[in-house]
Amino acid sequence: MIRPQKPKKKIGLYILIYGSLLLLYIWAFSGVPMDGFKDTAGQISKAIFSGIFSPDWDYVYLPEGEDLLRGLLDTLAIAVLGTFISAILCIPFAFWASKNMNRARFTTGTGKFMLSFIRTFPELVMALLFIKAVGPGSFAGVLALGLHSIGMLGKLFSEEVEVIDPGPSEALAATGANKIQTLRLAVLPQVLPGFISYTLYRFEINLRSASILGIIGAGGIGTPLIFAMQSRDWERVGIILLGIIVMVVLVDMISGFLRKRVV
Amino acid sequence: MSQLAEPLRPTPPRKLKLYFTIFLLALFLFASAYQTNSTFSELLTGLPNMTGLLVDMVPPNWAYINNITPAMLETIRMAVVGTTIGAVFAIPIALFSASNVFQSFWIWYPVRFVLNLVRTIPELLLAAIFVAIFGLGPLPGIFALGIFSVGIIAKLTYEAIESIDKGPLESMTAVGANKLQWIRCAVIPQISAHFITYVLYTFEVNIRAAAILGLVGAGGIGLYYDRTLGFLEYDKVSTIILFTLVVVLIIDYFSGKLREKLL
Repeated sequence: MIRPQKPKKKIGLYILIYGSLLLLYIWAFSGVPMDGFKDTAGQISKAIFSGIFSPDWDYVYLPEGEDLLRGLLDTLAIAVLGTFISAILCIPFAFWASKNMNRARFTTGTGKFMLSFIRTFPELVMALLFIKAVGPGSFAGVLALGLHSIGMLGKLFSEEVEVIDPGPSEALAATGANKIQTLRLAVLPQVLPGFISYTLYRFEINLRSASILGIIGAGGIGTPLIFAMQSRDWERVGIILLGIIVMVVLVDMISGFLRKRVV
Repeated sequence: MSQLAEPLRPTPPRKLKLYFTIFLLALFLFASAYQTNSTFSELLTGLPNMTGLLVDMVPPNWAYINNITPAMLETIRMAVVGTTIGAVFAIPIALFSASNVFQSFWIWYPVRFVLNLVRTIPELLLAAIFVAIFGLGPLPGIFALGIFSVGIIAKLTYEAIESIDKGPLESMTAVGANKLQWIRCAVIPQISAHFITYVLYTFEVNIRAAAILGLVGAGGIGLYYDRTLGFLEYDKVSTIILFTLVVVLIIDYFSGKLREKLL
């Protein structure tokens, strides 16, 4: 019986890949400090778990302010405003970075580079810098999210612009429409559903980010959370975590529903 | 004459829905701006501070790179170890939450539900909790990244599993394979390339995340933001930012090349 030959493998390449992976792992795992456990680790994790399962319900609403609902509302407001700012600001970037909107490869390249530069710049670091500029509080968080989200939204928007059908634009150009009319009547209707859908998606991400911005003092629910952690008030940590999870799940559901309707 | 020549025109579509949406959006935005105290005047008064800060940041203090290189290596190490742990745990979870591997609703739905809950918690929050449990150092960062990676990798992988070709699955069932053989020979060959791509993608995300985990004391280069910003050493801050950017871009480049090769 003639068996089919087994496909030849490039042994050298495999040895190179697996060897370097092995070295990487030896280096990485050997540097992990395994004696870093505190003696109290067990106790604290038990306290956290019991705190999460018996949350401090009184914290949900306090008449004098600084409660869970107001913190969550603040977080939501930061996410809404930050997302809106970035959705507006990224539109010029999107057209700048898309291949079919400008002929010169150099322009597209610089646009794409700018966007990836903004994307790599962590929002928390941006928030730290804005705190230095406008002082601690929600506004610094809004500005940080607004600027950071341009990176991702601009990239997604520009990809949306790149796949539009050129037909309507050509038809309008043939009837003598100027650039702005072409944009408004041929390009915009094609890209708008995509833009809205991506903006909603980014809003979901920004809501998660906004809930941690407070850890460094940029407003939202993160500030009471980090205070509760530092004072070892695990019941309060529990209710705040629950609040964040419920809010994120609800907003994800609503936003997912809207995104399905739009596209 | 003019009475005769009046043609029947279609009535334009009603714009009530559009106006209502715009009104609602504007309402949301104003409420958010009110809640976060965001005003243009504050932005304008903050801008001079911001430019002053940016001026202080150039030129970067290049000599500082020597001080932060160990922390950068620790960041990479945290990302490598965290991603690996996440990848290992993600495999069974992805299999359990794929509805074509385990047909019973009672298996995949609860697993998927827990997975969704885990994904709502931002990695910095996880890190803050683990810092409270294990104390300062890279260990809590690694755990936080591990759990965070399970969320991403398992979700992407189970979606890939659900879209695999049914043929091999049916033929394995037909020859009487047990569940493990069935998974090994019919599921894994179809998704292994996707799985590795997702792991690489998560690694890219984790490098960025690891670079800020230090802000809550979970190891890595993030610790140095606090240290340098506290002393207003902005030239060092810009060094950290640029160094992180370069490392992230290099890793992204290689990881992206590898991902392109794999698919």
